[in-house]
Amino acid sequence: MDPAPLRLCVIFFALAATVFQTSCRKERKVDIATREKILLLGNGGEPKALDPHLVSSVGDANILRSLLEGLTTFHPSDDTKHEPGVAERWEANDDFTEWKFFLRNNAKWSNGDPVTAHDFVYSYNRILHPEMAAPYASMLYFLKNGEAYNKEEITDFAEVGVKAVNDHLLVCTMERPTPFLPDVVKHTTWLPVHQPTIEKYGTMTEAFTDWQKPGNHVGNGSFQLTDWRINAHVKVRRNPHYWDAENVKPNGINFYPIPNSYTEEKAFRNGLLHYTYIIPSNMISRYREENDPSLRSETYAGVYFYRCNTNQKPTDNADFRRALAYAINQETIVKYVKMGGEQPAYGYTPPSEVGYKPPNVIGHDPEKAKAFLKKAGYESGEDVPEFTVLFNTTEEHKSIAVAIQDMWKKTLGIDVKIQNQEWKVFQQTLFDMKYDVGRAGWIGDYSDPTTFLGMWQTGDSNNYTGWSNEEYDRLLKESSFARNPEERYRILAEAESILLDELPILPIYWYTRVYLISPDVKNWHPLLLDNHPYKHIDLIPSGESGKEEG
Amino acid sequence: METARFIASRFLQSVFALFCIVTITFFLARLAPGGPFLDEKAVPEHLLEKMNEKYGFDKPLVVQFGKYLVSLVRGDLGPSFGNKGYSVNEVIAQGLPVSLLLGVVGLGIALLIGIPIGVFAAAKQNTATDYTLMAVAMIGICLPTFVIAPLLGEWLAIRLGWFDVAFWEGSSAWVLGSITLGLYYSAYIARLTRGSMLDVLNQDFIRTARSKGAGPLKILFKHAFRGGITPVVAYLGPALAGLLGGSFVVETVFGLPGLGQHFIKAATNRDYWLINGTVTVFAVLIIVMNFLVDVVQAWLDPRTKSKG
Repeated sequence: MDPAPLRLCVIFFALAATVFQTSCRKERKVDIATREKILLLGNGGEPKALDPHLVSSVGDANILRSLLEGLTTFHPSDDTKHEPGVAERWEANDDFTEWKFFLRNNAKWSNGDPVTAHDFVYSYNRILHPEMAAPYASMLYFLKNGEAYNKEEITDFAEVGVKAVNDHLLVCTMERPTPFLPDVVKHTTWLPVHQPTIEKYGTMTEAFTDWQKPGNHVGNGSFQLTDWRINAHVKVRRNPHYWDAENVKPNGINFYPIPNSYTEEKAFRNGLLHYTYIIPSNMISRYREENDPSLRSETYAGVYFYRCNTNQKPTDNADFRRALAYAINQETIVKYVKMGGEQPAYGYTPPSEVGYKPPNVIGHDPEKAKAFLKKAGYESGEDVPEFTVLFNTTEEHKSIAVAIQDMWKKTLGIDVKIQNQEWKVFQQTLFDMKYDVGRAGWIGDYSDPTTFLGMWQTGDSNNYTGWSNEEYDRLLKESSFARNPEERYRILAEAESILLDELPILPIYWYTRVYLISPDVKNWHPLLLDNHPYKHIDLIPSGESGKEEG
Repeated sequence: METARFIASRFLQSVFALFCIVTITFFLARLAPGGPFLDEKAVPEHLLEKMNEKYGFDKPLVVQFGKYLVSLVRGDLGPSFGNKGYSVNEVIAQGLPVSLLLGVVGLGIALLIGIPIGVFAAAKQNTATDYTLMAVAMIGICLPTFVIAPLLGEWLAIRLGWFDVAFWEGSSAWVLGSITLGLYYSAYIARLTRGSMLDVLNQDFIRTARSKGAGPLKILFKHAFRGGITPVVAYLGPALAGLLGGSFVVETVFGLPGLGQHFIKAATNRDYWLINGTVTVFAVLIIVMNFLVDVVQAWLDPRTKSKG
């Protein structure tokens, strides 16, 4: 017999035996990681960048929060509170048009350089600089002349409302009163970058440079970047130069980009993750039935809604849009279609604890819907010109669209078409206003209702409904001059009432975050914006008794 | 001399094919609506213009194509918009070895399983054993990888704990990926082996060997095996190319950082340079495989040359 097949067999079994031996382990990865205090987090998709001036997605922000620290930072359990970051304290003048941030003396970059007010001025110049073409520069339009500088109407950055009086005093002059600035400065776009590092690998406004790579990256957060492999992981480890290093609980964090939620759930069950970014919605009920303590479901500052194109028939008619809104049974959608514990959106701005009371006026009311259809000039649904609901291709959006299609048919007798498009095609169609009704979602950038209401002002780049209302615009402007938060929230609620009366958008549900988390993870509290400050998070084997901090 | 001319002509054909692929990809990617800067949170018009200007997208398409070709010849595939801070060259340098590992090991597994099954089934032609094996192979061909992969993960990783179910770092999840790919291709190889073994077994020289008193095992391995395996060898090139291109599902299910994920994600992100880069790399691989197969076949069988 020829020895070749025999040899092959021997090799095969040797290989199989090796694999078997190396992969049989007694201790799960999470248990080892808990002992070593390394947090293993699922983080959705691959980060687009680790440069705070180039990114906007939630996953990117989750990583940047560990690497960089802003003037203020997130509180571990209360969205309405601000923890001191690089700034020890801050104060505003009477009308909130000027903010002073007093920077601590001991804030350091991960290479040991001190963090100064000049670093913030440099960073704000960088993101607002027209040559940088930073996609989310508009987050800094709160600064006086920020928009003008970004739009090249002025060219001297000295005219922009941010000054370093000395190394430790930063003064921000605002375009208009901004009582919630300490909240805004936590956002990724307001994080500082290290000038010598940026300029070592390129010019200030060069976007794709090597500064963000492990080994090159210099940050001022509680962790520093040690490893980044595309589609595999981003690893950060304790930053010894961080000003509060002694109070940083974890030794490091591994972020795993897992675009597939089934893979993520399996990785969790396999003991490879402490936390999943999401959970497939059809697996939620199984975890609920088993009363699995790792399943958590929390309110999240986000809203799912449909945009209406108000420039064309039939959605140009407010009564018609009202008919559509009142014909949607939101309870049915969250209970039988979405099934993730979401809340029906009775208004637009999601409920929060900041003190804002949004008007909750939307709800399922078939009679009202029919009356509005008549008022819009249609005797029956059959008279309505043909229109289409557009959504980007996913099963979830499709199920919701099908449910709404059925509700409109049953309540109003309208035969609406539904159509899906690939993500970027969908974006372009909406952007070009070539749609009738289009799916949308919005997640708050900061804890203030303006993060939701601002986009419906005339000409806002995220409006694209064609809707414009002078009174709405006026109220939003007026709100910033309000004397106290109560008055401000009252004015904003008045504005939202106009939005919910005119209904260029059809609210459907408010988001809930459903995820899995290991019982080893302590101090991971529900947060509306889901921005967890990692330094407070502790890892204690769940077998041992660990006390939760408040 | 003739062989040299044949190789030269095949080489020129390959270069021309590659040029066509690069051109078509470049323009097709640009035809799709949307662009790399379009996102859920809209970018203001003035910034969009600025970005297009910054990355040269405001120039006529032909000029952009010319520039792209020049940098391509220099070996520079441009920046990746979906992975800012990484060049397409770096993205491919990270992803390709993973895909190659998955593919090559997968192919190895496919051969180790497929060939013995094929030989065995041929030896037992038209018996219950033969039918059972071929039925199993048929099921293997029909079961897509996105069914096999999660099942393997559930059983071998979560239930038995032999492997990690996902991730790249020091883990064994890639072995599961290779097994998935291997199982799928082993079914093809088993059927291919069986067919060609039967062809050989029915030839005169086998009958001669048999009449000289050679035992069934000796007939099978000493006389028939080499001839029977030749079509499988010819199939290796296209199979490896298919394994590399088809690894997307396996990479997604097991969270592996191979090139397949970039191949799909680049298209959905309108990451223009990465689309062009990944297509070019896959095209080069496939063309090189086919070129090698052609050359080897020409060397084995001189008749191919005149046909080529």
